[in-house]
Amino acid sequence: MATLESSAVPLHAHHDDLSFIRKYIFATDHKIIGLQFLFATLIFLLIGGVMALMIRWQLGFPGEAMPGVGVINPKFYNALVTMHGTFMIFFAIMPLLVGTFGNFLIPLKIGAPDMAFPRLNMMSFWLFVVSGIVMTASLFVEGGAAGAGWTVYAPLSAVPQYTGVSLGQQLWIISIVFFGGSSLLGSVNYITTVINMRAPGMTLFRMPLSIWGLFVTAIIALLAVPILAAAIIMLLFDQTIGTTFFLPAGGGQPLLWQHLFWFFGHPEVYILILPAMGIVSDIIANGSRKPVFGYHSMVLAIIAIAFLGWIVWGHHMFQSGMNPLLGTSFMISTMAIAIPSAIKVFNWLGTMWRGNLWFHTPMLWAVGFVSLFTVGGLSGIFMASNSVDVFIHDTYFIVAHIHYVLFGGSLFAIFAALYFWFPKMFGRCMNENWGRIHFALTFTFYNLTFFPMHLLGMGGHMRRIYDPTAYEFLQPLQPMNKFITVSAFLLFMAQIPFVINFFWSLFAGEKAELNRWRDNGLEWTVPSPAPHGNFTVTPTVYRGPYEFSSPEVEEDFLPQDVPPDGGRERAPETVGR
Amino acid sequence: MGWLPGAASTYAADLDRIFYVILAVTGLVFIGVEATLIYFLWKYRGREGRKAAYIEGSNKAEIIWTVTPAVFIVGLAVASQSVWSKIKSPANFPTDAIEYRVEARQYAWGITYAGADGVLGTEDDFTRFNEMHVPVGQPVSFELTSADVIHSFFVPAFRIKQDAVPGLIMRVWFEATEVGEFALACAELCGVAHFNMGGKVIVHPQDEFERWVAEQS
Repeated sequence: MATLESSAVPLHAHHDDLSFIRKYIFATDHKIIGLQFLFATLIFLLIGGVMALMIRWQLGFPGEAMPGVGVINPKFYNALVTMHGTFMIFFAIMPLLVGTFGNFLIPLKIGAPDMAFPRLNMMSFWLFVVSGIVMTASLFVEGGAAGAGWTVYAPLSAVPQYTGVSLGQQLWIISIVFFGGSSLLGSVNYITTVINMRAPGMTLFRMPLSIWGLFVTAIIALLAVPILAAAIIMLLFDQTIGTTFFLPAGGGQPLLWQHLFWFFGHPEVYILILPAMGIVSDIIANGSRKPVFGYHSMVLAIIAIAFLGWIVWGHHMFQSGMNPLLGTSFMISTMAIAIPSAIKVFNWLGTMWRGNLWFHTPMLWAVGFVSLFTVGGLSGIFMASNSVDVFIHDTYFIVAHIHYVLFGGSLFAIFAALYFWFPKMFGRCMNENWGRIHFALTFTFYNLTFFPMHLLGMGGHMRRIYDPTAYEFLQPLQPMNKFITVSAFLLFMAQIPFVINFFWSLFAGEKAELNRWRDNGLEWTVPSPAPHGNFTVTPTVYRGPYEFSSPEVEEDFLPQDVPPDGGRERAPETVGR
Repeated sequence: MGWLPGAASTYAADLDRIFYVILAVTGLVFIGVEATLIYFLWKYRGREGRKAAYIEGSNKAEIIWTVTPAVFIVGLAVASQSVWSKIKSPANFPTDAIEYRVEARQYAWGITYAGADGVLGTEDDFTRFNEMHVPVGQPVSFELTSADVIHSFFVPAFRIKQDAVPGLIMRVWFEATEVGEFALACAELCGVAHFNMGGKVIVHPQDEFERWVAEQS
């Protein structure tokens, strides 16, 4: 056994005496890189969150000076809207899921000593840092940050006079080019690692769904990100050297931008949700002490969503002026995505059915994910209907939908994952009680913030408007806007217990045992925190990842690496190792 | 029903009907899923000494919850399609409509009327900004375009929204069913004063509309 990695063990053994800089700054260890992504993205998550509060302040109390910030002017507001979306999507959610958990989990969970290309991995992180610095710097340049929305629709984004922003928009583009480079290197690495470096016995259909989600996501990113890169470089040329790809004056076509952007943008949505779905599946099985219901159909649903994700981009463009016939075909393909999504929700319920539920903090977040993703999935059906979309397109209904999917969905999964794998990351546990409080407060204020946005949208409230009171018909909705703003501030404050818990636990949390959640994954067979090189002996995998409550053993879990014959004798020993 | 703004065009009620059908169906699914979830959370809460049932899945269940949503969305797509094609498909545009031309720019709506002769492109055409006067009970249609960036022509009460794209000409139509003033908004981020690009659609009784047009020329 272990022909592939047998040489890797001695090779990695001497890494422990690396200098601080090689170990923690220019690290090649996938776990350290995962943590680097974690700390970097948490900063961006904070920046994005503060921007959200400024947006909400202006909408709740238009034109009034925000304490500590002052009066928000319309140009700055547009920059806030643009940069909130940009930071949250490119610098928080995506790198948290893919950068942090992709890096940390893939080698550990498939039984590999590291990523296939550790130096490429390091480069991926540092390109991300460059990208983040450029994007953050763009907030402070003359003319302000980009203000054409995170979707940077041309011609608004292509001609500086239209927004009054030039350098800010160009830095936005340059930053995203670096981001794309980072993402591509990561994707190549993940795909290669999953295909080539699985431990003996770890067949594809014995991989945890989190790894399936991350694997399929890496394939999507590999194919989608170059399209974005090409499109934004064309946009940069339009801005700077006088090309007219997207400018009708020179024979260009504004709708081309939308096609290119959303041909990337919709697969991007699934980049942001598939790893979350995988992680949640892992945690729900663990918390239910039961195998994932319909494992194979869960895998097929991930693949189906990934495929359908390529043929639905036009639903962002129903009202754009594209041929109405295309509106019909994109409606049908979009609605088809409801099917694999529904399969996933029902299978999560099926997993809990007749389980023996253990409400640890990660499980609470995972259950929260299921309940909120359901809302986001169902609200998606409204806008998938091309005729209903005529009314709700570009309203707060869409804003509610995207936040149910990306916050109630992706971010809840990220919190679940953080609480779940924190012990393996840092060797200490986060406090469960404060975790529960964090969940309860977040869940409550989350819904108070975002659910009423559906009602705003149904009232016709447009998105991205600086001052809703400029429209008489929106004035009756202003009390609701105030309510949402207050809820959003409370939602922000509900994250304080998390921040304190996180840093306190980092240094003073209870020491983590080997297998904190009595899980089956290979990562729980190595010490907490996991050492460089991960496994002293390459594990052999005998079964799938969800053998909870198997009749073969007395315990309610059966790790993947326990041999079938000696399982009864070896299981406790493995646990205590 | 209260949540959507008052409907004041011929196709608004059709669109609202689909909205409420989806709301009813998704509402039921929502209640069903969340109630099941809460019930499971209570019913199967962990207890000492108890072991979960070892169940790996059921092909029958997978088939049921694949086919059921599929049937539902096919029905929904068919229903949506008829309204979509009524609103947007050029083949279904009314032939007896009054013609306008609408050009959006940062930050105003320029509305060109055909004038007394009822024909666009003649000398008595006139343009008014941010006010679109139309008769009640008669279809109006217009060519929509933009002089600079993308805007979106949105009249919530009529349930019509159409992007105005520079370099392209879009066809839009509606028929107002009520006399009164209705908000016209820009729904696509179009620059610093995007929020301040409101206008009005003023629906007159037929004779009053004719008088108004006559007064303008």
